[in-house]
Amino acid sequence: MIRFENVSKKFVSKDNETIAVNNVNLTIHKGEVFGIIGFSGAGKSTLVRHINLLEHPTSGKIYFDDVNLTQASERELRKYRQRIGMIFQQFNLLSQRTVIDNIMYPLEIAKADKKERGKRADELLALVGLEDKRKAYPSQLSGGQKQRVAIARALATNPDVLLCDEATSALDPITTRSILALLKEINEKLGVTIVVITHEMKVVEQICDRVAVMNAGVIEEIGTVKDVFLNPKSETTKKLILPEDNGLKTDDSRRILRIAFDGQSAFLPVISSLTIECNAMINILGANTENIGGKAYGQMLIELPKDADKERQIKKYLDSQGIYYEEGGKSHEQGYDRTA
Amino acid sequence: MSKGMIELLKNGVDETLYMTLISTIIAYAIGIPLGVLVYVTDRKGICNNRIINFITGVIINVVRSVPFLILLVAILPFTRLVVGTTIGSDATIVPLVVAAAPFVARLVESSLKEVDSGVIEAAKAMGSSKLQIITKVLLPEAKPSLLVGGTIAISTILGYSAMAGFVGGGGLGAIAINYGYYRYQNNVMLITVAFLVLIVQLFQEVGIRVVNKIDKRLR
Repeated sequence: MIRFENVSKKFVSKDNETIAVNNVNLTIHKGEVFGIIGFSGAGKSTLVRHINLLEHPTSGKIYFDDVNLTQASERELRKYRQRIGMIFQQFNLLSQRTVIDNIMYPLEIAKADKKERGKRADELLALVGLEDKRKAYPSQLSGGQKQRVAIARALATNPDVLLCDEATSALDPITTRSILALLKEINEKLGVTIVVITHEMKVVEQICDRVAVMNAGVIEEIGTVKDVFLNPKSETTKKLILPEDNGLKTDDSRRILRIAFDGQSAFLPVISSLTIECNAMINILGANTENIGGKAYGQMLIELPKDADKERQIKKYLDSQGIYYEEGGKSHEQGYDRTA
Repeated sequence: MSKGMIELLKNGVDETLYMTLISTIIAYAIGIPLGVLVYVTDRKGICNNRIINFITGVIINVVRSVPFLILLVAILPFTRLVVGTTIGSDATIVPLVVAAAPFVARLVESSLKEVDSGVIEAAKAMGSSKLQIITKVLLPEAKPSLLVGGTIAISTILGYSAMAGFVGGGGLGAIAINYGYYRYQNNVMLITVAFLVLIVQLFQEVGIRVVNKIDKRLR
């Protein structure tokens, strides 16, 4: 559906040259939710702006449905942009227009029939659940409501793709979750391909099928969310998974285990069971877990007891529960296979 | 105060309002396109064009640098060419427009600069043409700020119109100079000044009220 071929983007200013995107090759399939994750300044926003040619690549080609967009004329490009919706961190609604007029804007510029515009806008308003805010102005809405309007507006022209540029980064955790649920629903119901840019692992965990990890303009890692999450290869990914410290270092005196929860039931008291079953004291060094729809996602760092026997018991228990773990940065394929 | 003087002042107010309003309208008719042109051809604008941007910028700056009283006299031949005379209210409108249009262009440009660049990017991403971005996004989004600029422009033009009284322009300015200054009638001077202040206040008050009513960001 979307294919990047050796795409590079250089920004040249007076005294320095920045390579924002460095020789990226990428394919995004029809109907998937694709995540691009990385820290600020990694080039992910620049990369995603290449999909609708808001940024023109310095070199390389971008294909949309096998059409090379870098060769398209201004007029053709505008037609393609109507098939690629986009939402933003700051919502970017027209502040002087009502909600309904905002949603109708893309239909207006596409010169859609006047009656159709209103009908379509009302449908979308219902889809995002804001029928009662029809005549409100953006300044009267909360952040989450603004993003819902932006989503409705982006979908007005029935696009094939929806680009989300840090769409939930300005929202609180609960609103984030509901917006992500809405995006997932749009993906499943309408079959819209969604590209999500984020710096938050939990966004990727909640809705993405595949993910690309970006750092300094380069895609360091790409794969299904499960693969990347359970078996991170690059330093960037590890830092994204455990932001506080990369935690996987093991010094001589302490043995540390990273446990990853990947959709196990949130209602099972895993750690308590572990201590009871193995009769071992476990020190929790750090945790970053979330309960998404009754399933546990996230990471936990625990310190292993010095006793080698206990350690074996603990690992055996984790294996038996199908919980993935790794020690000192090396993954245990056995545990991984069970969950995969 | 004599009946004649009241009649005179009434005419003065009428003439001043006439000159100010007509000049403002024409100045905006020229100033808006000029301001938009400077804004969109800027390096970060949607129609980046250095040459056009430079030329319009120079024209605006040159005209804006000439003090109004000098400009008024300097372009007398042009004024005669346009309206056939160099005295009276109609003749004052010409230099008023010439002086105000570049000023208005700068006001318009600064209003447009206030429009959030993210909104423009969103409009682009939705497939808007450049003209659509200007007419459907930039100008409507800048509308409250444009109106604030409008009240500033109208007060400035009113002030300029009074200056034109020195060289045969009409309105309250001419009365203040001819009666208040040359004939030492201090009471006439005071009354005209009071009228000028009142008119400016009126425009400003109306302007601010309209802005507060139409700006949807303030609620």
